[in-house]
Amino acid sequence: MSELLHSPGESSEVGLPPQAKAAAHSRRVFLFKLSVLLNAAVGTVLAVPIVGYLLGPVLKKNSETGSWITIGEVDAFPVGETRLVDFASPVSRLGDGQTAKVACWVRRISAQQFQVFAINCAHLGCPVRWFAQSKLFMCPCHGGAYYEDGSRASGPPERGLFEYQYKIAGSSLSIHAGNMPTLATEASCSGPNTGARRMTEKELVQIEPASVETRSKSWPV
Amino acid sequence: MASLKKRVVDAAISGYEWLENRLGLFGPMIKSAMHPTPANNASWMYVFGSAATVLLILQVVTGILLALVYSPSANEAWGSLQFLNHNVALGWYLRALHGWGSDFMIAIVLIHMVQVFLFGAYKFPRELTWIVGVVLLLLTLGMAFTGQVMRFDQDAYWGLGIGASIASRVPFVGEALVHLVVGGPIIGAATLSRFFTLHVFVIPGLLLGGVGVHLFMVLRHGVSDWPMPGRIVSKATYEREYHELTEKTGIPFVPDAAWKDAVFAAAVLFSVMACAFFFGPFGPSGQPDPTIIQTAPKPDFAFLWIYAVLAFLPPSIETPVMLVVPVLAIAGMLILPLIAGEGERHWARRPVAVLMVSVIAVSLGVFTRLGTYTPWSPVMEAWTSYAVPTKYLAHRTPLERQGALVLQDKQCRNCHSLDGAGGQRGPALDAIASRMTEDQIIRQVLQGGGNMPAYGNALNPSETKALVHFLMTLRGNDLAPAVDMSRKLAETSEMEKAPAPAQPSPSEPR
Repeated sequence: MSELLHSPGESSEVGLPPQAKAAAHSRRVFLFKLSVLLNAAVGTVLAVPIVGYLLGPVLKKNSETGSWITIGEVDAFPVGETRLVDFASPVSRLGDGQTAKVACWVRRISAQQFQVFAINCAHLGCPVRWFAQSKLFMCPCHGGAYYEDGSRASGPPERGLFEYQYKIAGSSLSIHAGNMPTLATEASCSGPNTGARRMTEKELVQIEPASVETRSKSWPV
Repeated sequence: MASLKKRVVDAAISGYEWLENRLGLFGPMIKSAMHPTPANNASWMYVFGSAATVLLILQVVTGILLALVYSPSANEAWGSLQFLNHNVALGWYLRALHGWGSDFMIAIVLIHMVQVFLFGAYKFPRELTWIVGVVLLLLTLGMAFTGQVMRFDQDAYWGLGIGASIASRVPFVGEALVHLVVGGPIIGAATLSRFFTLHVFVIPGLLLGGVGVHLFMVLRHGVSDWPMPGRIVSKATYEREYHELTEKTGIPFVPDAAWKDAVFAAAVLFSVMACAFFFGPFGPSGQPDPTIIQTAPKPDFAFLWIYAVLAFLPPSIETPVMLVVPVLAIAGMLILPLIAGEGERHWARRPVAVLMVSVIAVSLGVFTRLGTYTPWSPVMEAWTSYAVPTKYLAHRTPLERQGALVLQDKQCRNCHSLDGAGGQRGPALDAIASRMTEDQIIRQVLQGGGNMPAYGNALNPSETKALVHFLMTLRGNDLAPAVDMSRKLAETSEMEKAPAPAQPSPSEPR
């Protein structure tokens, strides 16, 4: 009778605690360990493409992002003025809606010389506004200010405005736009190469504020 | 009748028994709800944790209801919120409940944390409960930030820009982080989708799981007893003492202690409803169109203090502070119970703890207050909005009045106020001539410095002359003009060849 009630694997160690039972069944313990290994392997194979999917935006090369885009006729920009220009981002995707629009400040220095600034403040990315009378860009967020050539004037930014590369093809002005400019991603919009004529040397002479000490030195005491 | 009543009761009991026999959950739940707790913690000071849980449930329910209408797509989100506000019956009220519920939840969670800290309830054996609680606080703040993005208006758009800019400052991986946060090269559809995923799936899942673990540990270790000065927490004796206290003074948590939690939770819910009804939903503000630059983005209330701190950090230390201080602060909160797990619990014996709470609370309050009116930001419309007060124009020469025009036209008012109107970035100019001499004003205007841009390129000599002449008339209520004492010294020593420094005469204003 007992023969019938016993399961095939059940044997003499009925009274043993579970750990001892497991120890006795070395084959099953081995198989369990093997199954754990199997799942670790399957899990790894499963995880690689998932992580790749998750990191998709990161893995894309920065230099591949963006393209040249025409932002207007050269004649639309009077020499000596700085104007706001809207354009559709060349890297926009389905469903971006209004966020696909980008604005930039175009400064025409001379007939062939331009500067195209991102509107994003170099501090934390808020949109800077141009004030022609005082020749300053001012940021509404934390009070960053920039001179007309984009160099830092005051406030928390640690550098000048981000600049786009530009080129003049016939009568149209094109810029290279891609990544939203931040301190880490500005490289794609302001690279050292190509035909963009960037003003590497800022014309503006920065005069150090005279301190009391330096002034009093030259005076007779 | 009696037999009918008896039969209904019997049927209910047998139904319950059938269910409980198969489910087996009610018994343990009732048992843990009625667990004995020391009578001294059945207090109004111990009601904040349960209120936070109730608010979390409110947020989950209202959030699900909002998701019935909200469209998490960059080109539709803003419109769907307008639709909720104006076209869906009571949509505005659900949005208001969810928005105010979030503000209340942050406030209650912070109060709960301060209470636990001041009562020393994070000490042995509840260290892990505190650590999980810190994670829950961070998750709550994460919900608040991602929730602000869901509004997908101008503030949300530029707030994302600020987040991306902070991420871009991380060394080496900054670029990768920006793209991970934004989900692509620009803020757009992918950005909203991933913040929606965080706000609706990832963080709520972690939050609910975390609350479960937090509650489980509260039940496991019991609600902390009321701290007494001199009653020292020691790992060797605390659990036995707590057990004895519970046996001696224990009362069932439900109903003897829980009624206070219930009353407070009801009061909080009522306050949320009142705020939602009277003050309405938050936004959405302008459309998320980055070409509309006539905007002054601002984060939600809970993050105003961060916004303010970012205005005051000098550029040279800004990135390190931005990246290191949050890590240290969070690490400090996490390891607090591990380094101070024993000893005094009562606030009267822990002056440093009280001081820390006071300093942090005052700092957060001050920075939040500053964040509400942003004195560091230029007032972009000030130069065209506020006229020069007529009292500063009366009895002035034509040149001086011309200078007032220059002051307006060159946007000086955007940062400098006259008679209380204008920006506060720079000092008010009402009494500038009593603080600076003509030479100093000229130098400051042309060369800038001390956070003022140089206007040398924006002013021609005649404009400068007019402007400075006007500024020289601004001496408050006829204060004495500023005098450069060193110039007098130089003149005296050259003219009189006097070896001793000349004494300023008493009539001369200093």
